[in-house]
Amino acid sequence: MKTCDLVIIGGGPAGLAAAKAAYDCGVRDMIILEREAQLGGILNQCIHNGFGLHTFKEELTGPEYAQRYIDMVLERNIPYKLDSTVINIDKNRVVTYVNEEDGLQKVQAKAVILSCGCRERPRGAINIAGARVAGVYSAGTAQKLVNIDGFMPGKEVVILGSGDIGLIMARRMTFEGASVKAVVELMPYSSGLNRNIVQCLNDFNIPLKFSHTVVDIKGKDGRVSSVVIAQVDDKLKPIMETAEEIQCDTLLLSVGLLPENELAGYADVNLSPITGGAVVNDKMMTSVEGIFECGNVLHVHDLVDFVSEESEHAGKCAAEYIAKGCGSSEKIPVKGVNGVRYVVPQIINKDDDFEPISLKMRVGNVFKNVEVAVMLDGEKIASKKKQIVTPGEMETIVLKSDLVQKVKNGANVEVTLIGR
Amino acid sequence: MYDVLIVGGGVIGCSVARELSRYVGKFVLIEKENDVSMGTSKANSGIVHAGFDAKTGSNKAIYNVLGARMMEELSKELDFPYRKNGAFVLCFDKKDEGKLKELYDQGVANGVKAEDMEIVSGDRARELEPNVSPEVTAALYVKASAIASPYEMTVAYAENACVNGVEFKLDAEVVSIVKKDGVFDVKLADGSVLQAKVVVNCAGVYADVINNMVCDKKFKIISRKGEYCLLDKKCGGLTDATLFQLPTAMGKGVLVAPSTHGNILVGPTADDIPSKDDVDTTYEGLNNAFDKASLSVPSLNRRNIITQFAGLRAHADVNDFIIGESDVENFFNVAGIESPGLSSAPAIAVDVAEDIAKKLSLQVNKSFNGKRKGIPHFATMSDEDRQKLIAQNKLYGRIVCRCENVTEGEIVDAINRPLGARDMDGIKRRTRAGMGRCQAGFCTPRVMEILSRELDKDPTEITKFGKGSNLVIGRTK
Repeated sequence: MKTCDLVIIGGGPAGLAAAKAAYDCGVRDMIILEREAQLGGILNQCIHNGFGLHTFKEELTGPEYAQRYIDMVLERNIPYKLDSTVINIDKNRVVTYVNEEDGLQKVQAKAVILSCGCRERPRGAINIAGARVAGVYSAGTAQKLVNIDGFMPGKEVVILGSGDIGLIMARRMTFEGASVKAVVELMPYSSGLNRNIVQCLNDFNIPLKFSHTVVDIKGKDGRVSSVVIAQVDDKLKPIMETAEEIQCDTLLLSVGLLPENELAGYADVNLSPITGGAVVNDKMMTSVEGIFECGNVLHVHDLVDFVSEESEHAGKCAAEYIAKGCGSSEKIPVKGVNGVRYVVPQIINKDDDFEPISLKMRVGNVFKNVEVAVMLDGEKIASKKKQIVTPGEMETIVLKSDLVQKVKNGANVEVTLIGR
Repeated sequence: MYDVLIVGGGVIGCSVARELSRYVGKFVLIEKENDVSMGTSKANSGIVHAGFDAKTGSNKAIYNVLGARMMEELSKELDFPYRKNGAFVLCFDKKDEGKLKELYDQGVANGVKAEDMEIVSGDRARELEPNVSPEVTAALYVKASAIASPYEMTVAYAENACVNGVEFKLDAEVVSIVKKDGVFDVKLADGSVLQAKVVVNCAGVYADVINNMVCDKKFKIISRKGEYCLLDKKCGGLTDATLFQLPTAMGKGVLVAPSTHGNILVGPTADDIPSKDDVDTTYEGLNNAFDKASLSVPSLNRRNIITQFAGLRAHADVNDFIIGESDVENFFNVAGIESPGLSSAPAIAVDVAEDIAKKLSLQVNKSFNGKRKGIPHFATMSDEDRQKLIAQNKLYGRIVCRCENVTEGEIVDAINRPLGARDMDGIKRRTRAGMGRCQAGFCTPRVMEILSRELDKDPTEITKFGKGSNLVIGRTK
């Protein structure tokens, strides 16, 4: 069996950043396995701008952002394989992949970084009843058809879900001459970025209907002919008396992203039921030694800039692991409480390097005028005041070295909302 | 002039076609949709019933027991997924336990082997299937019960019939049938007329329409809609056996069963509807199916649903299968084939083909080859076999459907084999591309591209399931 110090699964923004960082920390025997025909991942179809403000201090399109990292990988001559799909990983880090040239190959890796992204929740997962006809697409699929393949999925569009991809597609379809009849959102707030609501809907007078959902899809001659939407009550149950029919030939779904963790499952990696990604420590290592996770496969991010940052950290930690093995085995859990839905990493692995730890979190609801606080044994050690926190925007609090030093074994670390 | 014209390309039409191809003759199967297995055969529970459920002496009881016995051998011969997984009929009330004994006795009377059935306590049922509800007091354990992939079985029958010489006409809807001078003139929607000595009506929910075009003895087929939810493969461990509910005053109940591919199927509801082609799912129906199924397995979780679908059972007003020559000579009906129709199909087809062969004095077809090799299934083969396959054909090294690990090689095979797939859903039924947890989100553009290349069609002509269901409406500006 072939061996390799580091196998990176997925050549999107997470995998590219991880590869670059691992290389810069000295790893040379490494490979990126990418299932698509090019590096860059989903960014390749995100042709709108707004990427890179944090990382590069300028506004780039998705492909431009991806190219910056692709160039970093190419400059370093980091090997990669395209059209190569990993079909298995076991807990001993044997990676099985297939492609046309190599056939089926097994590689024994010292470390594996899972950076394989997420997928969209399909129609079935949210139980939309009705006709099973052509014209129902997840927003990302439609985005690929329009932006990469050059095809129009339809001309009269209703979008369910005000996640960022849904908002972006509302504008994109409008640019291509389609009429976007409405964006319908189950919750009383949007899970997308505020700037996208303004730039993608308001600027084009596309109505956004909060607390509404699609209750029926009607079809005629093989194609969507209309959708029925209705208001929902505070338990999110549709109020059928409020139903209204909207004529359209296309329904796009932007109803959530799910980390794609099948491979992690094969390797018996512990997964978080909340994020859908692995449970990781501050070194981005999963419950299985030598398997790391970063990017949207770990938890869904709002901005690619944060994916890159997190993944560079994962690459660096993987390099350290390859060089020195595991550090301390002391594990201090980090819990989200009182409105904080999750915190990543979920575990602080007590080590002696005292490197700053970036805690990322999401809240479960919209809260105004709160303080997001990290509590150590009941004492506030770091916090951030916010006028508003929403489930759609990830918050980050960095614990600096002096604070990390304070976190002792057996400590109780919680992230909470003060003043809610 | 055809010797035999079969109306309908469901499991019944296709199995009759295949059994007829054992004889020498000119046979044609006509189907109004653009593929076989487009009606009831693609949307049902996929259960191979042991045969205890139908009334003793009925066609349903007779053919069920015979067909179920043939199924395992047939699945090897025609290479379609089949697995003997056993079943439980769950009883939720001590008062009803007598009914389990009645089912057992009926099973024995129908010809189910006594050693294949056992009445067990609720605890024993939970020992064998730990997720069965604590409310279950007793169960009939039926070891002979099995599952099959209904659409793959239908496709297998059709392909085998096709290679043995049966002609298939798709997109061919019958508008009238007239018998003149002992010959049937079958007029199609495109205006063409086919002539045949014998017509076999296997038209599913439309079998009454076809029968009533020719026969004086009319019957009515009622469309009984059944809605289902399909759960992610990660829930595959919820039950290995099929879990039925003992019919109660509250109704027939729904089942929880594994599919041959490892998903969990929940349903069906049963609602008689006026339409013969309304397979829309409904909000109420899906909730109903799920709530009832949760009685059998309380740990079922809606979050794990990946898709829903509905099918129509062809329920005959006479409440049994209508099989055989009608009041019009040489016009055969195979109608009202609802559950246990899938289980019965192999036995029905043999009988009907024999009757017709006798009637027309057909000779045995010495070149008949009943063996069919299906599409290689990359996802379930060993690594060694995968390696060999890719070495033979590189396209098996390209994974197109990441959820179900379906390769481009399989998709190309599905298109290019006899009666190959012409659209997305045809690919899906034959290879499972798009049947996984992302429900074709990632593979749609790729499959579209492959279909377009292999069929030499513009991508804008590629459909989901035939006319009107084009995936895209044109090009961008």
